[in-house]
Formats: sequence, C-alpha cells, structure tokens
Amino acid sequence: MSDFSSTQEQLKKGALTLPDLVENYLDRIEQKNPQINAYVSVDGDAARKEAEVIQKKIRNGSAGRLAGAVVGVKDVICEKGKVTSCASNILRNFESVYDATVIEKLRSEDAILLGRLNMDEFAMGSSSENTIYGPVRNPHDDSKVSGGSSGGSAAAVAGELCNIALGSDTGGSIRQPASYCGVVGVKPTYGRVSRHGLVAYASSFDCIGPLAHSVRDCAELLSTIAGFDPNDNTSSGLDVPDYASGLESSGTLRVGVPEEYFGEGLDDGVRKIVEDVIAQLEKDEKFNLVPIRIPHMKYSIATYYILATAEASSNLARYDGVRYGHRGDIDEVRKELRQEKEAIEDKIELADAAGKNDLIEEMAKVDSPLIRLYKKSRTEGFGREVKRRILLGTYVLSAGYYDAYYAKAQKVRRLIKQDFDTAFSKVDVIVSPTAPTPAFDIGSNIDDPIQMYLNDIYTTSANLAGNCGISVPAGTHPDGLPVGIQFMGDKYQESKILQAGYLVEQMLR
Amino acid sequence: MAVTNEDVKYVANLARLQLSDEEAEQLKSDMNQILEYMETLGELDTSDVEPLEHVTEISGQFRKDETKQPLSHEDALKNAPDADSDYFRVPRVIE
Repeated sequence: MSDFSSTQEQLKKGALTLPDLVENYLDRIEQKNPQINAYVSVDGDAARKEAEVIQKKIRNGSAGRLAGAVVGVKDVICEKGKVTSCASNILRNFESVYDATVIEKLRSEDAILLGRLNMDEFAMGSSSENTIYGPVRNPHDDSKVSGGSSGGSAAAVAGELCNIALGSDTGGSIRQPASYCGVVGVKPTYGRVSRHGLVAYASSFDCIGPLAHSVRDCAELLSTIAGFDPNDNTSSGLDVPDYASGLESSGTLRVGVPEEYFGEGLDDGVRKIVEDVIAQLEKDEKFNLVPIRIPHMKYSIATYYILATAEASSNLARYDGVRYGHRGDIDEVRKELRQEKEAIEDKIELADAAGKNDLIEEMAKVDSPLIRLYKKSRTEGFGREVKRRILLGTYVLSAGYYDAYYAKAQKVRRLIKQDFDTAFSKVDVIVSPTAPTPAFDIGSNIDDPIQMYLNDIYTTSANLAGNCGISVPAGTHPDGLPVGIQFMGDKYQESKILQAGYLVEQMLR
Repeated sequence: MAVTNEDVKYVANLARLQLSDEEAEQLKSDMNQILEYMETLGELDTSDVEPLEHVTEISGQFRKDETKQPLSHEDALKNAPDADSDYFRVPRVIE
C-alpha cells in the first residue's frame, strides 16, 4: 500500500521520482481500470507534464505540501477544461469553464490531478450503479458494489489507481464507499470546505472531502482544502488546524456509544468487528466508552430523503437544455405535438357535444413547444433514480403536502441535531459502524429503493446535524470484505475524529 | 394518502418530465413505498419544534463590492447546445 505521506518521504529522499510515480499509476489504470471502472477519463499527458514541473520543485525544495499526491477527482467537482458529467447523460459533454475552489487549492499545493472518477448520477445513490458509464466494481471482489455515491473515488484508492481521491458526501457518499472498499474517508463539517464548483445535489447537506489510504493522508488533504471561500457564503472563517500534526496528541478520548446504531438490521459480522475494535481500545485506555442515546436516529433516513429530494428537485430545475447540457430534438418535439393534436382532432370529429367539450379542454392542455422541449431534454437527460428523486422532491414541496412532509422533516431535523448537541456535551466523538453490511452484490438492491436507502442508516444523521464524520477500516468480514468503523464529531471537531481514526489504525497495524 | 396516477402525472408536469405509462406506474409504486416509510415521522409530536433551515450559524458574510473579471463571453457560451457568437440560440417557440 503506497500511501501519499510515505510516498512524499520517498520523493524527498530521492528514492523515487514523480514522473515514475505518475507512470506507475497510469500503467495500473490501464491494467485495472477496465475491470474496476473507477475512472471515466484520464489525462495522462497533462499529468506527465505536471510531474516534470513538480519534480524540479521537489529538487530545489520549493514544492507545495501536496507534492506527491496523485489525485482522482469525483466527476461532480469542476476542473477547468475537463468534462464534468456527474455520470449523467444530461451533462455528458459538459466542459467546466472554471476550477472548483478545492481544485485551485490542490493545484496551488502541487497535487497532480490524474483523472475523473465514476459515481452515482448527480451523487444520488449508494452503490455507484446509477451511472451512464456502467457500475464501479469493488477492487476486493468484482461481483460486489463499491458503495456510493463516491464509489469511483473509494475504488480508485483501494485499487491503487491514485493515492488520494476527492469525493462528496450528502448522506454518507464518502464514508459508506470508504467502508465498502477498505479505505479512509472523511466528511468534514458542513461549511468547513468550500462547495464552490461542486455540482449541487442537496445544498444544505453537500460536503466535499478526501478518501485515502490512511488517516494521515486525509488529514493532510483536509488541511489544504478547508477554509473560508468568498465564493461560498456558507463556508466558515474559522482557522484551519494542521490536522496531521495533532494526530498523536489525543490522550484518552471520551467515546459515545449510541445504542441506536447497534440495533436491529446490523449484520452480525460487522457488529463483532466494530465492537472488538472499541473493546480493545478501551482496554488499552485509549477510549473511555460512554453509553449515550440518539433517540431520533431512527427517523434520520425518512427526514434525509424528504429534505434531500426536495432540495434536489429545486437544484436540478436548472437543467433545461438552453444554456448547457443535453437538448432534445425540436423537430421531434414538433412532430410529437402535431400527432397528439391530430389524435385529439380526430376524436373531436366523432364525439358528441359533451365529449367535444372535454376534448377541447384536453387540446388546450397540450404542451407548448417550449415546455415540451424542456421535458424532452430532461427526460432524455436524467436516469431513473434521479427522476425518482426529482418527482419525490417535487411532491413533498407541492401545495397540500408541504406541511406534512417538508416542514415536518425540517422540524425532525432540529430534533436530530439537538440529540447530537446533547451527546457532544458529554463525549468527544461518537462511534458506530459506517454501514449495516459489507458491500453487497451488484444489481441486488437496484429495484428496491428503500433497501438501497437503508445503507445510509448510520451516515445520514451527521449530514442532517451538519457534523463531521470519518470511516476507517476496522477489519475483514468473515465473507472476506472490508468493514469500516465510523466516528462522528461535533462541528469543526475534525481533529478529534481524525485522532480516533488514527488510534484504530495504529492499533490494527 | 396514497399517490395516484394523476398525482404522478401532475408532479411530473411540474418537474418538467415526461413519463411513459409504464414508467408512471413504476414510479407511483416506488413513491408510495417511500412515502409510506416517510410517514413514520407522523409518530413524533413536533408542534413545539421550530423548523431547522440551516445547520450553520454563519449568516450574512459581506464582501467588498469590487469589480472582478466575469466569465468570458466565449466561456459562457462554450457549453451551449446552440449559440451564435453573442447569444444562446433556442428554437423558435412562438407559433
């Protein structure tokens, strides 16, 4: 396993050169990517050129803190001059015209951006199967999913096709795939990392974060990408700590164990791994375990899917085929409308007086060409899960249902947040499994939305409360697949979850 | 409060989506299944709870009103499905 931090040491010592490192990754991608399907595009030439430039800086001691990072980027984060498709037909050819703030920060610290990573369309999904590029396959077992929506990011790190990846986490989309693929993934506090240049799914939840081989690597990346950005008014101006330098100074952590996260639905093998890890760390006097309650946790999936789909229906209204994205064929639209009208006219000729009035009303309801063009563009552009969420979101926001669903969910969101606020007055971090099971079979949940949504049962609550979370590999399931442990922290307490994750990593090493 | 075919079509129209009868039927069943799950929230008495709209306490961060370089004309039109040198082009829609 070649993590970024030790690679950087090798580069500094001259035991390795950056052009060689990049060439190694490009070779591996050529060999492994046809199977794993993590990358949707690779820019080898640009990466080779960058490697030459940064190698010179390493020699003369002027390289940035991420020199040696070879990064894959989830295809939902804008990189100037590259296609940002969000794995959607509607943005299949969309070329970013500016860099996301996180991309600017990576470039300025001499990270190399190697290519774009597969995902669930518009980050909606838990398996990276909802994608125009075909499913991502788990590097540990290619019959299994990689998790999602940042499945390409987790699989690229696990398959050693990059040493760090960027993902995004709206309801667990960094942590769950990290767990399934056996890598470390961090969802920062809402507002810790700028969202400028992240294609919006659910704006009050969306967070960009790192996936990597080690907690230290994630800490290094997070210190680089966090901070205030004038282009994101929800980004925080709080100082960004050097997370990596604080990893070893945790002392004994007060670790909350919420019974709700170890209840029904949790796979026995996952439970044992997570419980063994925390028992050992308690024995080693690293963890002081405190039983806690998050009483409203069981409402988190319902709350999350109401609010996130509502926000999605609004955010995705921008895809109309006018300024960018897929546009339907206007000639087809005209033909379709002509046929619909002719069919109604034929019926009018044969109808009695009462029937005629109904048909005339029907005629008046036929779309205008403009409206039908929007519909055609969107219908051809979006995949099934995205349509499902747009419809659900539109429904929960529509007159007559708003109070029962959307307003209700906003209230329950407060109750969930209060549960966490209470818990964090007593503990430093909260521990749980990251996901209820290891990676499942490709295709097995695709027709059962509720089952698919329940994969996020332990992760959505951190997004609802706006807190931070990390998934760290905790062991191997009896079926041979990796299992992750999750630590959640209070707002801007990334240092603590990183310390907790680091203790797990050191203990298992 | 089950979702009907008419509800699905009504919402699809609001969302500017076109559904075949088969798709509408499938989505109706999905939506009913999901909404039934969501109705568990009804168990909770939230009459005294304020809705939570933002998880962040940050509000009203002001910036200096400075002139900056906007996106160039060329970049703005780069991804247009159809454009001339100055404008987005759309099909004639007024009959």
